[in-house]
Amino acid sequence: MDLRVRALETLLTRKGYVDPGALDRIIETYETKIGPHNGAAVVARSWVDAVFRDWLMQDATAAIASMGYGGRQGEHMVAVANTHDEHNMIVCTLCSCYPWPVLGLPPVWYKSAPYRSKAVLDPRGVLADFGVQLPASTAIRVWDSTAELRYLVIPMMPAAASGLTEQQLAALVTRDAMIGTGLALEPAAVAATS
Amino acid sequence: MNGVHDMGGMQGYGPVMPEANEPLFHGEWEKRALALTLAMGAAGQWNIDLSRAVRESLPPAVYLGSSYYAIWLRALEQLMRERALVTADELASGVMATPPAPVARVLQAADVDAALARGSSTTRPPPAKAGFALGMRVRARNMHPAGHTRLPQYVRGHVGTIARVHGAHVFADAHASRPLPPFLEQPEWLYTVVFAAQELWGPEADPTLQVSVDAWEPYLERTA
Repeated sequence: MDLRVRALETLLTRKGYVDPGALDRIIETYETKIGPHNGAAVVARSWVDAVFRDWLMQDATAAIASMGYGGRQGEHMVAVANTHDEHNMIVCTLCSCYPWPVLGLPPVWYKSAPYRSKAVLDPRGVLADFGVQLPASTAIRVWDSTAELRYLVIPMMPAAASGLTEQQLAALVTRDAMIGTGLALEPAAVAATS
Repeated sequence: MNGVHDMGGMQGYGPVMPEANEPLFHGEWEKRALALTLAMGAAGQWNIDLSRAVRESLPPAVYLGSSYYAIWLRALEQLMRERALVTADELASGVMATPPAPVARVLQAADVDAALARGSSTTRPPPAKAGFALGMRVRARNMHPAGHTRLPQYVRGHVGTIARVHGAHVFADAHASRPLPPFLEQPEWLYTVVFAAQELWGPEADPTLQVSVDAWEPYLERTA
């Protein structure tokens, strides 16, 4: 594949359709600037700032833009918040729609047949694949991203995390928690690995 | 199109298996395939819905047997070939043999940050008053268009509730209906429609589960 794609890039460059510098810049952006740390910062702020949280739930695109995140594949954002009574999960059954500005590029499993097929039929089974079990009384709400709206799950803040700084809280927010296939980490779990 | 890409509710694909340490890219080619796809998209000779339409029209065995960046790459090659931006011989040899065709624009390195930050909004002025309102019961139409559509099979014919109203957006089915610019946008009202799992999957389904899709107005009909 490496050879084939290199040949394609050479051809398109010679034709004048692409600027190789633009390709480098795109890759650099998604390797270094745009990733789940953006979404984690949004979630952490929503945990400490009730006014921001309200704004995020009402107009996620604007609230997220206020932190400097937006644009391609996040033009129309919707935030959905987990509670003890309801757990949210995001999927794109038809392709790979994913909120790039806050989560970066989707992982392979998100674009895979197992996830896309199972999330809407058996989301508790998906959670089990990720080692997560929720009480049977917790309702599950799955959002299939079939148009240009992009969803961000706001996980619940662990009770043991109260009193942490916004930055410390962001370290608890995993990408999977913002897709809904995981939960926010307990502070003790983060402390143990750092 | 009722293709293999429309995976919601299919069974037998096995468990979801996250990779160990999850590399962002698996080899240099994935990076370049991503960047080429974005850069050529910016050339304006097709749109995102046409890209999706080509990806999901790949032969089923090819689609299911390819990684996602490989699907993107195949679709990119096909989109360029169909528009005579490149020839099949050029793709095979990697050597330019025909003069370049005109494109609307070439994305320059200096413009990448602004282009990614701007994105491409799909909201448009509404064509008319919204046909449905919050809380209204609607049925997803039982339709099987041969062309591109974003109404998954698993909701067709089922009754749900309008949970959110999102204004008017470029209608994907129309947007993919013309191969070349000017593309047809045909803005339509867009709704989040939520379905009970027991409506979709039967009485044995998880009683706590609800599943929503985002559906343009032409996908929906009134129900008693």
